[in-house]
Amino acid sequence: MSAVIDAHHDDHDHHGPDKGIGRWLFTTNHKDIGTLYLWFSFAMFLVGGVMALIVRAELFQPGMQFVTPDFFNQMTTMHGLIMVFGAIMPAFVGLANWMIPMMIGASDMALPRMNNLSFWILPFAFAMLLSTLFMEGGAPNFGWTFYAPLSTTYGPDSTTYFIFAVHLMGASSIMGAINIIATVLNMRAPGMTLMKMPLFVWTWLITAYLLIAVMPVLAGLVTMMLFDIHFGTSFFNAAGGGDPVMFQHIFWFFGHPEVYIMILPAFGIISHIIPTFARKPLFGYDSMVYAIASIAFLSFIVWAHHMFTVGMPLAGVLFFMYATMLIAVPTGVKVFNWVATMWRGSMTFETPMLFAIAFVVLFTIGGFSGVMLAIAPADIQYHDTYFVVAHFHYVLVPGALFSLFAAAYYWLPKWCGRMYDETLGKIHFWMSFIGVNIAFFPQHFVGLAGMPRRIPDYPLQFADLNMISTVGAFVFGLSQLVFLFVVIKAIRSGEPASDRVWEGAHGLEWTVPSPAPYHTFTHPPKVPESEMHT
Amino acid sequence: MQVQSKGNDVTSKILGFVTGGLLAALSLPVWASEGINSRFNMPRGVSTYSASIYDLHMLVFYICVGIGVVVFGAMAYTIYKHRKSRGAEPASFHENTKLEIVWTAIPMAILIIMAIPATAVMIELYDTGGSEMEIEVRGYQWRWQYKYLDEDRNQTLEFFSSMATPREQIENRVVKDPNYLLEVDNPLVIPVNRKIKLLLTANDVIHAWWVPEFGLKRDAIPGILNDVWVEVTEPGIYRGMCAELCGRDHAYMPIVVHALPQDEFDAWYEEQQTAFEERQAMAERTFEEDELMSLGRDVYNRFCASCHMANGQGIPPTFPALDGSPVVRGDRDAHIRLVYEGVPGTAMQAFGGQLNAAELAAVTHFQRHSWSNNVGDITQPVDVLDLMSGQ
Amino acid sequence: MSQDTELQRKKTSWLVAKLGALVVAMFAFGWAMIPLYDLICEVTGLGGRTGDQYTYDPAQMQPDTSRLVRVSFLANTNAGMTWEFKADRNSVRVHPGEVREVNFIVRNTSDRPMVGQAIPSLIPGNAVNFFHKTECFCFEYQLLEPGESMEMPLRFVVDPDLPPNVDAVTLSYALFDITDMALR
Repeated sequence: MSAVIDAHHDDHDHHGPDKGIGRWLFTTNHKDIGTLYLWFSFAMFLVGGVMALIVRAELFQPGMQFVTPDFFNQMTTMHGLIMVFGAIMPAFVGLANWMIPMMIGASDMALPRMNNLSFWILPFAFAMLLSTLFMEGGAPNFGWTFYAPLSTTYGPDSTTYFIFAVHLMGASSIMGAINIIATVLNMRAPGMTLMKMPLFVWTWLITAYLLIAVMPVLAGLVTMMLFDIHFGTSFFNAAGGGDPVMFQHIFWFFGHPEVYIMILPAFGIISHIIPTFARKPLFGYDSMVYAIASIAFLSFIVWAHHMFTVGMPLAGVLFFMYATMLIAVPTGVKVFNWVATMWRGSMTFETPMLFAIAFVVLFTIGGFSGVMLAIAPADIQYHDTYFVVAHFHYVLVPGALFSLFAAAYYWLPKWCGRMYDETLGKIHFWMSFIGVNIAFFPQHFVGLAGMPRRIPDYPLQFADLNMISTVGAFVFGLSQLVFLFVVIKAIRSGEPASDRVWEGAHGLEWTVPSPAPYHTFTHPPKVPESEMHT
Repeated sequence: MQVQSKGNDVTSKILGFVTGGLLAALSLPVWASEGINSRFNMPRGVSTYSASIYDLHMLVFYICVGIGVVVFGAMAYTIYKHRKSRGAEPASFHENTKLEIVWTAIPMAILIIMAIPATAVMIELYDTGGSEMEIEVRGYQWRWQYKYLDEDRNQTLEFFSSMATPREQIENRVVKDPNYLLEVDNPLVIPVNRKIKLLLTANDVIHAWWVPEFGLKRDAIPGILNDVWVEVTEPGIYRGMCAELCGRDHAYMPIVVHALPQDEFDAWYEEQQTAFEERQAMAERTFEEDELMSLGRDVYNRFCASCHMANGQGIPPTFPALDGSPVVRGDRDAHIRLVYEGVPGTAMQAFGGQLNAAELAAVTHFQRHSWSNNVGDITQPVDVLDLMSGQ
Repeated sequence: MSQDTELQRKKTSWLVAKLGALVVAMFAFGWAMIPLYDLICEVTGLGGRTGDQYTYDPAQMQPDTSRLVRVSFLANTNAGMTWEFKADRNSVRVHPGEVREVNFIVRNTSDRPMVGQAIPSLIPGNAVNFFHKTECFCFEYQLLEPGESMEMPLRFVVDPDLPPNVDAVTLSYALFDITDMALR
């Protein structure tokens, strides 16, 4: 295949990358921007991870040891914001940038200049957010959900910077989403119909629509906060006739689809990796697509399940309970499909596959606790406890994050033309896998036994499980340095990778050389049947 | 070049083993639930509905374990059986409409089975009618206030309930009490076997009142009144914590409830009423200086020390030092007014609604004559009353 | 080839315009949730917010003397508010359909003029639409000079259609200091 691409040399748009820092500042190349996104998100992952470790260190024992309660609250808040907006989301955007054009046979993203802008906003947004740590009165300390009036009337002065940082992140996400939709809808190679698109592309198309639907709502919400804080309005201030519960409704109208924004692309990744290593086509492609679409639709009508204790009318509680339970059906379909894909395959267990299998198992456990949380009367007990913390970390860490690791190992040889060290990759996997379970599994129990979330200090009966959890968190945290080492080692001295890389891999991205040339598919390819999913 | 790594065989065995291990781990709470339940599992509880919540929780949990056994079992089997290293040849099937309909329909049916009892319990929880007693619960940063609103008793009893765990324990300077962070100065006291309606609201930010043993958690929201009910069936002491992030000392506003048999409750209530009236009457009295100091120290430690610190040094700039403060050493009336009215837009609350005249006078006097402060005046309850009534 | 690109560019611009419009629409929707939610609150009684002033027509409402409902009042001041605030009665028993009046007394104990506003909330939630105020002071700015006090009347009627399982209703007023806000 590579010969085909090389044959179309055209000096006009076939120059290589620029030299020096200018290449990265002014690039409009989807691969460069993808790389920027991925490194940026990894850096943010480490920053947010250090914050998590500060939190876990303080919780190692009851009593206050290392930080003040206020700083602890700043850490939990910043950890949440950075992991959601700085690590997970940009990492998926980075993958979209790298992979979507190559998967659909496009030469680049549809709007390359906007692509550059949407990345370069992010460092400013996070510099602004992180700078609040050094301000008088400290960083935002009201939780990543920033409920009013704690964040408005009672928030620190730095809340204004937080608001502007959120605006910037939102603008970046919206631009990224528009770009992805335009690329997927307008730039597909001939023959690549919607129902023949790789699943990663499908999941991102739907995710992008979710982003466009909810990020503006978040922008509206923080703007209202800004007005309440500085212009004397009373959107959420009970004193002026506003309603603090209103804040939660708007927040979770954004917040619940946001949760799916962080997991749908993961579904896509897993749906590529399992078939590759099972050497068998994905089971139930059509039902996968419909399941994603229905999960996305349902995500708009379940938001108030985060608010079962605010005192909604009974009818409201019941509606949101039923709607939430329904999500289990399409999610279950996806899990069953993955298992059926593995069934009677011919499996090997390279690092991407290990992460993918761990994803299916641990994400399903997160799904189970999700079903439990949907049951409104039981949620009254679970709400705002460590059970919830355990639940969303199970879907986000061995869920979203493991899918990102899987993706990184899976496509790294295509990006840099070199293989990673399989043994080190496996060490990274097993350390992460063990660490994540030791860190988060005990949190189910402390939550059920009555430990509220977001507390820097706790009664003695929770001591032993918290200690275990902290040990797991540090194992998990340290294992990410192994990952960094594996990646750097692969880039610098890995074995050269073949074009196909994996025996069972299918898709257009595997038809170009490894590493992928700076420009691919400058002329739309004819997509061979064998590279499509059916 | 195809990448084939060694050790796949071992890996898959470990993987199968781990999947099995996870299954076992999943069933941990099952064992836990039988005996010493409350350390690892939701308590069965002591209210009329808490056991229904617990049963619902266990029902859904067992269903999830069942599904987990099937799904993870299938995965473990296929990981073991369908390995390339065992010479497995890949099949090529990629859809099966019948199968897909089945595994859409079965979860649907299971969900309906769970939804029916969940709905019934929820309806029960929302029925606040026919309650025999009303208590208003107000969340403050960072303490609770309880007001007994029983009609016949004419609203005569109200008090604050603050954490009683000393700072020395939090700062690890002394051994922690078994009820570390779960001890308050004035617990809420309720009678057993009576339907009690709790009216929840908050003074400043959102808090949440939670007692796991009651199966009761509800947000206390400023400007909004929320109603829940509870009927406790067993006398005892029950503890909980604030469940909604409410700022710095969110971890330090526990809830302690004493559930007493009716006659003991009545006796307690009468005693409290007298004590409450006595406290109110203190405002009429003139205090000795050392009385003011000791009452003042007590109030200071309960209400002021978490911000201004026991040594009066505060945590500048957010919480200014009182030792050497120009306000504390300055005009007395301005000092009283500041304590009474707070400072809008800062963390300094208005204590006028939280402390009575005697307590306000005492804490003012204490601040003016502690650490290196020694103003040399005296503040009596009547001074507070006169000032605030504009005389 | 160049025509293709031209066509593609046009398609893309049009798509981006549509998506941009969607962004604007969703931003507007976020703001529209405020009035939308207020509307839902009013219709369903969510948040315990009792409706606007009610015009009482005695001909429409026959007192139901077979039934007594206890109406209790809570008068609270919220953070930073130092006024004295109380109802002249803690609770009254009323027949649904009859009009009753209760006075709330408020006094500014501070040494400066202040503006307060009372925010009502009523429980249980399913009674909110059956509690009608024919005269009230809620959501109104009250300016009081230092030491000044004032009586604020509340006249109300409980609708005879009140759900049968409701035997007690509590109306709470939370009084807030909005001097700063009123100054703007």
